[in-house]
Amino acid sequence: MRYTLHVNGQDRSVDLDGDTPLLWVLRDALELKGTKFGCGAGLCGACTVHLDGHAVRSCQTPVSDVGKSAVTTIEGIGETAIGARLQKAWLDVDVVQCGYCQAGQIMSAAELLAQGHVPSDEAITAAMNGNICRCATYTRIRQAIKRAASPSFASAAARK
Amino acid sequence: MSAELRPKIIGARVRRVEDPRLLTGGGAFADDLGTPGALHVAFRRSDHPHARIVGIDCAAARAMPGIRAIFTGEDLDGLVKPILATSRMRNYHPTPIPVLARGKVRYVGEPVVAILGESRYLAEDALEAMEIAYEPLGDVVDPEQAALPGAPLLHEAAGSNILVSREFSRGDVDLVMAEAFVRVGGRFRFHRKTPVAMENRTYVAEYDRGRNFLTLTSSTQVPGIVRDALVALLDMPGHSVRVVAQDVGGGFGGKTSLYPEEVLVCALARKLKTNVRWTSDRLEDLISTSQAFDEIIDAELALARDGTILALAADVTGDVGAYSIYPWTAGIEPVQVVSFLPGPYRIDTYRGRVRAVATSKPPMGPYRGVGRPVSTFVIERLIDMAARRLAIDPVALRRHNFVSGDDFPYKVVTGLVWDHSSFREGLDEACRAIGYDALRSEQRRAREAGRWFGIGIASYAELTGIGSRISAAPGMPINTGTETASIRIDSTGTVTASFGITSTGQGLETTLSQVVAQTLGVRIEDVRIIQGDSSAVAHSTGSYASRSTVLAGGAATLAARAVREKVLRAAAHILEAPLEDLDAADGAIFVVGTDRSITFRDLARAVYSEMGRLPKDTREELEATKVYDPYFGTTSSATHIVTLDIDPETYKIRLHRYLVGEDCGRVVNPLIVEGQVHGGVAQGIGAALHEEVVFDASGQILTASLADYTIPAAGDIPPIEVVHIEAEAPSTIGGYRGMGEGGTIGAPAAIANAISDALAPLGIEITELPVTPERLFQLVRQAQAKAAKEQGSS
Ligand code: FES
Ligand code: FES
Repeated sequence: MRYTLHVNGQDRSVDLDGDTPLLWVLRDALELKGTKFGCGAGLCGACTVHLDGHAVRSCQTPVSDVGKSAVTTIEGIGETAIGARLQKAWLDVDVVQCGYCQAGQIMSAAELLAQGHVPSDEAITAAMNGNICRCATYTRIRQAIKRAASPSFASAAARK
Repeated sequence: MSAELRPKIIGARVRRVEDPRLLTGGGAFADDLGTPGALHVAFRRSDHPHARIVGIDCAAARAMPGIRAIFTGEDLDGLVKPILATSRMRNYHPTPIPVLARGKVRYVGEPVVAILGESRYLAEDALEAMEIAYEPLGDVVDPEQAALPGAPLLHEAAGSNILVSREFSRGDVDLVMAEAFVRVGGRFRFHRKTPVAMENRTYVAEYDRGRNFLTLTSSTQVPGIVRDALVALLDMPGHSVRVVAQDVGGGFGGKTSLYPEEVLVCALARKLKTNVRWTSDRLEDLISTSQAFDEIIDAELALARDGTILALAADVTGDVGAYSIYPWTAGIEPVQVVSFLPGPYRIDTYRGRVRAVATSKPPMGPYRGVGRPVSTFVIERLIDMAARRLAIDPVALRRHNFVSGDDFPYKVVTGLVWDHSSFREGLDEACRAIGYDALRSEQRRAREAGRWFGIGIASYAELTGIGSRISAAPGMPINTGTETASIRIDSTGTVTASFGITSTGQGLETTLSQVVAQTLGVRIEDVRIIQGDSSAVAHSTGSYASRSTVLAGGAATLAARAVREKVLRAAAHILEAPLEDLDAADGAIFVVGTDRSITFRDLARAVYSEMGRLPKDTREELEATKVYDPYFGTTSSATHIVTLDIDPETYKIRLHRYLVGEDCGRVVNPLIVEGQVHGGVAQGIGAALHEEVVFDASGQILTASLADYTIPAAGDIPPIEVVHIEAEAPSTIGGYRGMGEGGTIGAPAAIANAISDALAPLGIEITELPVTPERLFQLVRQAQAKAAKEQGSS
């Protein structure tokens, strides 16, 4: 089957089975290696991408379900204001350890931040609990999300 | 610029150089490597715990579309030798690990057949078409049963399931025990764990048929060990084998061993003269990556009336799984439990016995902390049990018994040596930082309000940055005591520092850049670190055992110093100044107290490119290679303090505060150290409260998905406070102590102590980890029933 996907602002055509998970379409067919495989079962969040701004597990999303939705991956999220803010906050707080889970973390955080206010601890836990980090960067992710969400950081990042 | 004004790079909160690529999808993890035309391996694994292979029928699978080859254990004869972990340890039986099972299978998940397909899907589809007939052999599941004479044997050639046995002993333990004022003890159980790095194990073998050259890109922590082993197993010249680990998505010890799948892709790439790759899925990770910490410990501690420890005795049974893992052996985990059991305490009379028993489970290997999460759990529980019996505060009892002051350097009964360390200072500082006395008042109020509120303390010492005097695993014939750095300034003036050691995600590139930049006198951005490449230096092992900063940082310092001397010598000619007046910082060499200077860039041009700038016989290559061997290694120590509440309805445990006071010597980068402590503590919290690999009575694994083996998520980890104690500099170059594992060592003990403290009114002592709500419920029910019975009878 031929599918035309709208990925990070570009139309990309692929020819494969409709039940192929979007994760493998991105990684293997489109050579977008930033999205990671962790479990293939919706249990770790490493494969999180956006469909029309909503975080989904790409390992659980057959390519046939994507339709006309805009797919955004870690390679593209930095082009959005929220993504850029998050990446900067992540650097400032030095969130990362091995980095393997971090694409998924940023994608989940980006959906949370799109709500437009500084999230509470509970809201952060609820939004991020499905993104497992074995290096346990959780405390710093929390800090970085709050930092990226704060209005002063947003305007400072915009000036840059 | 005077020395004080110079930018300090070591010790600064420098942002990690790895992060920009890791945050934008630009990392290079093994599975990200493109290999057009590669064959993909799928493994048919054993679904039997212990069985004879009666027959394998591959015919149908072979006929499936896209299947290019199928190999069984017999097909590998002559292509690759079995893996064998040898050791000089006495009473040790090595077990050959076949790359694919030969004759019999010894655990569920053992690779039996390799199918090579044009894609992973095609290879996996063909798995179903294979027929393997098995004849079950006797159960070898319970390690205590398996150790009995007459038990079915996993390895007939070993003659026993006991692969290692060992005893440490000094003094007449029984006599001292008999005469002691108080004795505490019991049977402790630490259940099996698995490392679960988020990046699954991945091996990509590329074969260059023209040059007969093999490159393995691996998710390994130990490219040097893997290279050396491959050369021996495949019988290839070392210069034609290269093992590369670029970005590694966490290892925690699970990627420090040599795996059959890793060897297999290399053997088949060479045999088929093509590229061969395999990436584990999560199920395979949970059933075939090395597992850990599976011990039963019968232990007893004797004390005098004033709290002085008189004697310690322990019998440890380690369930080491189906094979003695390469290169660490079956001894690595359980032997470490008995050798570290005396902890940071003065204990003269000790008897520690250990046996490592083979069972039909995935092989046990190193996991963050190795042995010491278990030994610390046991000794720290014993200390708290004793404190309760003697009505002495647990802090005071620890202080009283710590090795301290003039005791250093202190030789532990088991042969370990603690160099000068700040056990007491660490405990005091942690208590001060968390406000220990106030916490006890808070606890009194909480108890009055009927809450189960507990405070837990755990102190420990570990040996890090181990040098060549002892091997990182007992008797192992591999040098784990050195690392090499090779530093070069090229003709454009930039610096490349090459190491064989590999970063597994702990920010080692940053740490090493800091060390090189400051020692040489350049900026961090002038330095590129090459790491995780077996061809970068003559010899290296890798990243494990809290050694990377101590050993590679030490080698980097030595090499950078040597290069700096050459730089200054050349600059002395060019600036026409005496050598002793020169200094280098921030990318330039300058004559102290003047404005005369030259940048590294101009100096490199003068040395390499501008003919005649330097007298012919003074021109030196601006490069140096140095090896560092800390010989003994150094002691790292810490105290963890945690407070928690137990919900009396759900038996859920909520952690409130978690503080770590740790001494890792000179801190290169506080951000990185804190990151490592957070990660280690979280894994310790997982070990204490959530994680357990479960098997049924026949040896079938029941925790084969992340829904069943649950690792901590964001909501499970409290904020973790870290207090650095830099009491006394150790004698390592740079003054570093290792710290990658400590968090995991302290947390299980601290949490077990806090739970016991919360339930002290019920007389409950935690002796089994993890403490799940179900286990806790049973403990409380039993305690209440016992109390009711006692009330009834009085
Ligand atoms: S890989 Fe998709 S949730 Fe784990
Ligand atoms: S940073 Fe390593 S798994 Fe999250």
